[in-house]
Amino acid sequence: MSLPEPETLELKTSEDIVRARQRVRVCMKDQGFNLIDQTKMVTATSELARNTVDYGLGGTMQIESLVDGGRIGIRLTFLDQGPGIPDIELALKDGYTSGHGLGLGLGGSKRLVNEFEIWSKPGEGTRVMVTRWR
Amino acid sequence: MEKIPILKLGEILLVTIQVDMHDRLAITLQDDLTARIVKDHARGVLIDISSVEMVDSFIGRMLGNIAAMSLALGAQTVVVGMRPAVAITIVELGLSMQDVRTALNVERGIEMLRSAVEVSEEGTTHEPSGT
Repeated sequence: MSLPEPETLELKTSEDIVRARQRVRVCMKDQGFNLIDQTKMVTATSELARNTVDYGLGGTMQIESLVDGGRIGIRLTFLDQGPGIPDIELALKDGYTSGHGLGLGLGGSKRLVNEFEIWSKPGEGTRVMVTRWR
Repeated sequence: MEKIPILKLGEILLVTIQVDMHDRLAITLQDDLTARIVKDHARGVLIDISSVEMVDSFIGRMLGNIAAMSLALGAQTVVVGMRPAVAITIVELGLSMQDVRTALNVERGIEMLRSAVEVSEEGTTHEPSGT
C-alpha cells in the first residue's frame, strides 16, 4: 500500500494550533483510527503544539504515516529553536509549569500516545516525537 | 471579531460551543460571559459542549475559570453534553474537572440550574426561623 507523504505545518499562532489538530484529525481518520484514538492524538497535538507556540517561540509539526509489520501508525514531530527545557524530568511532572498553564501538557500528552520521545537543549530548542499505533 | 454567541433564557445564560476554539476565542468567551452575568443578573450559566470534539488543558482551564468566576458573581455553571471520547481523553490527560458541575444534556443541565437557583433563593429570602 502507498502511504501519504510526510507533511510539515507551521506553528506560530493560536490559529495554527487549531489547524494542526484539524490536520491530525483528518490523517487519523484516513488511516482508519477509531474515534477514541483520534481524540487522544488530537488532544496531544493541541498540548504539544501549544508548547511549541508558547514556550518554543514558534516552530513546526511534521505528520508522518508509518507501517511497521502489519501495524499502521501516525507520528508527529514538534520542533522549535526556542530556549529549550533545562530539566526534562521536572517538565514531565503533572502540575509543573514555567508559564500560566496547568502543567499537564507534556506529561498528559505522554499518556495519550503509545510512544513519546523528547530531546531538548537549553539555548538550542526542543524536539518532541509522539506516535500512536492502530 | 469572531465571538461565541451567548443566549439569555430567563435567569440562565446559554452558550453552545460549535467551533474548534483557538485560545484567544476561549479567553474572549470567558470575559464576555463574566460581563453578561453581571449585566443580565444571571443566576446560572449552561455551557453545551456536545459539538466539541476535543477538550485540552487550555479549554479545561477555561471551563474551570468560568465556573469559579460565575460562582464569585452569584451564578452557578453547568457544563453539558461532553462526548464519551472526550471524557475518556481528559481523564488520561489528567484534567480533573472536579470544580465544574456537569450534566448529560441540556435538559438535565437546566433542571440542575433551576433547583440550584431555588435553593439559593430559599437561603436568601426566608427569615431565619431558629433552625
